[in-house]
Amino acid sequence: MAAELHVELVAADRNVWSGEATLVVARTTSGDIGVMPGHQPLLGVLESGPVTIRTSEGNTVVAAVHGGFISFADNKLSLLAEIAELADEIDVQRAERALERAKSEADAAAERRADVRLRAVTGH
Amino acid sequence: MGAQLRVYKRRIRAVTATKKITKAMEMIAASRIVKAQRKVAASMPYATELTRAVTAVATGSNTKHALTTEVEAPVRAAIVLITSDRGLAGGYSSNAIKQAERLTERLRGEGKEVDTYIVGRKGVAYFGFRERKVAESWTGFTDSPAYADAKRVAVPLIEAIQQDTAEGGVDELHIVYTEFVSMMTQSAVDGRMLPLSLDQAQEEDGTKGEILPLFDFEPSAEDVLDALLPRYVESRIYNALLQSAASEHAARRRAMKSATDNAGDLIKSLSRLANAARQAEITQEISEIVGGASAMADATAGSDK
Repeated sequence: MAAELHVELVAADRNVWSGEATLVVARTTSGDIGVMPGHQPLLGVLESGPVTIRTSEGNTVVAAVHGGFISFADNKLSLLAEIAELADEIDVQRAERALERAKSEADAAAERRADVRLRAVTGH
Repeated sequence: MGAQLRVYKRRIRAVTATKKITKAMEMIAASRIVKAQRKVAASMPYATELTRAVTAVATGSNTKHALTTEVEAPVRAAIVLITSDRGLAGGYSSNAIKQAERLTERLRGEGKEVDTYIVGRKGVAYFGFRERKVAESWTGFTDSPAYADAKRVAVPLIEAIQQDTAEGGVDELHIVYTEFVSMMTQSAVDGRMLPLSLDQAQEEDGTKGEILPLFDFEPSAEDVLDALLPRYVESRIYNALLQSAASEHAARRRAMKSATDNAGDLIKSLSRLANAARQAEITQEISEIVGGASAMADATAGSDK
């Protein structure tokens, strides 16, 4: 059995996902970072972007994360985000509408949020 | 029906209607406490992880950050006071206000100016009536606060603490809220959010005594701390708002329960009085009839002679 790390994806008001994983890829302010079991203790600032979690069963969980932190110690990884949504929770049509609205109102932050959501769903 | 009896009946009807209302409010509040408690519990993982992270940066690096070091001679402090939007919750809001007044006195005694920030219509009304200065206030979400509300409250506070005191900034950030101890006990408490005292923060989240590993900071310890502290303030405010909401519902439930009980007692004693009045009326009627009959009998007996 491959080595595993425990992942907690926590939003401000709820626990979004938790479980065992073999690889977690997240976007920090200085670039994408991949964490595998046994990584050195790490504390980083996340950018809004998709987080990919490869679970120990071989599935892939994708979540859209808007701002927050990643911290890893003792084979336990915590992803703290103000807002976090799993890909299957995201309403694609709503996100598309939000994207168009943000574009027409030139709201860069909202546009980025909607974009991240859509990319988390489509997996690009 | 006699006039007195009619008055009693009318009062009983009025009290019964009031009792129905208070009973309904009691039950609504009771169901909301559970919901509010669940929200408090759901926000805990984030708060705990965040405190751990803040502690890790503050202890694990030699970073000196303005928000973790105490100013030598603090000039101004900000107080966030959390009250409710609606009344009928017993002493809930006034207890929190009193606690804020005590804290204000203490800080003034230490030679600091105090800026007050208020959440909830009751606190705003209290300060407005006394024509006291309020730095900023928010209303409309004390029943079930969302994270976005906490964020809205946090923005001016973070701005104020980052500003120089000479330009109207503050050195310290205090919060007054009502802690939810249990269904029966809620107590108004005050706490200092910033500058951060690590011991206290750890004690609150139950992570005291934990030895933290040496972290690798991405991008750097200063940047991480810069990003963490506003989130920490938001999370503390969010937690305080949620606990206050739970306390508010618990206080309202208790107040409404005693109102319902009182209404029940009142109805009981009023019905006793109404019964006595009815009986007095009947007795009077009987004695009138008896009196009338014997007067008639006396009259007839007299005419026979």
